[in-house]
Amino acid sequence: MTAVAEQMDAFTFSEENRAQAEAVIQRYPPGRQASAVMPLLDLAQRQNDGWLPRAAMHHIAEMLEMPRIRVYEVATFYTMYNLAPVGKYRVQVCTTTPCWLRGSDDVVAACKAKLGIGFGETTADGLFTLQEVECLGACVNAPMIQVNDEYYEDLDGPRTEAVLDALAKGETPAPGPQNSRHTSEPEGGPTTLEAFRGDD
Amino acid sequence: MLSDSDRIFTNLYGFQDWGLKGAQARGDWDGTKALMERGQDEIVDEIKASGLRGRGGAGFPTGLKMSFMPKENDGRPSYLVVNADEGEPGTCKDRDIMRHDPHKLVEGCLLAGYAMRAVAAYIYIRGEFHTEANNLEAAIQQARDAGLLGRNACGSGYNFDVFVHRGAGAYICGEETALIESLEGKKGQPRLKPPFPAGVGVWGCPTTVNNVESIAVIPTILRRSAAWFAGIGRENNTGTKIFCISGHVERPCNVEEEMGIPMRELIEKHAGGVRGGWDNLQAVIPGGASVPILPKSICDNQLMDFDSLREVKSGLGTAAVIVMDKSTDVVRAIARLSQFYKHESCGQCTPCREGTGWMWRVMERLVRGEAEVAEIDLLLEVTYQVEGHTICALGDAAAWPIQGLIRHFRPEIEARILDARQPADAAD
Repeated sequence: MTAVAEQMDAFTFSEENRAQAEAVIQRYPPGRQASAVMPLLDLAQRQNDGWLPRAAMHHIAEMLEMPRIRVYEVATFYTMYNLAPVGKYRVQVCTTTPCWLRGSDDVVAACKAKLGIGFGETTADGLFTLQEVECLGACVNAPMIQVNDEYYEDLDGPRTEAVLDALAKGETPAPGPQNSRHTSEPEGGPTTLEAFRGDD
Repeated sequence: MLSDSDRIFTNLYGFQDWGLKGAQARGDWDGTKALMERGQDEIVDEIKASGLRGRGGAGFPTGLKMSFMPKENDGRPSYLVVNADEGEPGTCKDRDIMRHDPHKLVEGCLLAGYAMRAVAAYIYIRGEFHTEANNLEAAIQQARDAGLLGRNACGSGYNFDVFVHRGAGAYICGEETALIESLEGKKGQPRLKPPFPAGVGVWGCPTTVNNVESIAVIPTILRRSAAWFAGIGRENNTGTKIFCISGHVERPCNVEEEMGIPMRELIEKHAGGVRGGWDNLQAVIPGGASVPILPKSICDNQLMDFDSLREVKSGLGTAAVIVMDKSTDVVRAIARLSQFYKHESCGQCTPCREGTGWMWRVMERLVRGEAEVAEIDLLLEVTYQVEGHTICALGDAAAWPIQGLIRHFRPEIEARILDARQPADAAD
């Protein structure tokens, strides 16, 4: 995370992303375009294989008429901005207390064994980056990991390995609970809302 | 136990369509214009009468908070900001509202926003909630396309729009003034109060920041009446509440229940009970990471509401019930929370920036028993030095779990220190 990344000389938004950035800026009142800095950094990161080069920060500073330092401050404050290249799949393991109580140690062990790397490292083939993160807000489906945009929940060691295996093969495993649950209802079926099942 | 007919979030688990059609079938957006025609002050009075207290953790009366917004326009627009930066460990209720029942929140934004004379609502959602933000944005667009939002929203003559703003990974942005800073495109570092947001909030304009659940229950309260809502739960602790039951239970889940439900009933009816039975319970954190832990002896007869939990020196917080059975190393469970707060301190105030790291390092030594017994009191003293001496409540939130642990589990900590001094062969 703290490694100094080899920077790129230039960054500009693609035509499509430029249009999207302009639309995002319109969500905020006139003269308050600096509010768009977070969504624009996210857009730039997605365009650039999941990480933010300094050139992208400069491009956004110019677009939003902000001093560069203000963009650096934002880019370095929030944990979702990657300031160095990351693997194709960013595997984030939650180990905060609710996940730990439900066995996140097993999930961590499975990730490390399967990928052969530690936290903060990327596999040699550039496919996986492994990170330890704080509570991701899916505590009743603990333990869980986030891979890029998706949550994989109700994990244990073998289920974690199955998700990573599928990703390594280029498949997209179905996100959500990896057991029989639909979402956050008790396993085996809800204890409430009898008349509100079905049609999904 | 709450009956299904009194449940507000009828698509909590997402078994049904979360879109506009499904939402309307469940009663959302029904006669919204007529609700608005009751008038702004009437809506605020109805929310006050319902007894609704903020669902984000602090439990401040929602209607009273709404009434702090200016009634006369001084040229500055007013804004409603919805705090969807759900990140209190143990808590995952707003997530379900946004991915499975987003129209309740969107309609709530219109009604609450109208009542506080706001021109728009900004929903600040944590960046990791990708699906949730997508569903919410889609729901907003559906509402716009149907004429429910935007110019002349619901045919009321009132113009109002709702926007989603995605965060990027910072627990501190759940603090309302840090959230406002972040919404302005800055680092999320809390502001000193006063001025309070209702006077000077986002972009220097009057602002009210409310939790997702607080806003999402408003349409139903207005439809079914304040008296209905106030009739559920206990005095000063009214209504329904989404509980998140995690940790050592047979079947962890989210469930909407009556405020004031006994903890044991909540866990046994909906989460299949404590793993290994109630007698295997060691402790419960009843309201998310920042509220003090309670030993089984208190849990046996504990009611789940703001005032009942305050009486036992804990809190309802976000109603995130984290259950620990007898196999749990409670010292380690709390030490992990200390690590969380150290990671999430924004670094602005010295007592929190330095104190969270200090408390975490001592906690880690207590986990291993590598400490002096006298250091327990030293640690406790440090928690009091942090508590109340920072701009926002993160310092307090870091102090309280440790205070709760020492209050109820001091013998456990001491025993570990004494054990660590024994020669290994004499341990058994």
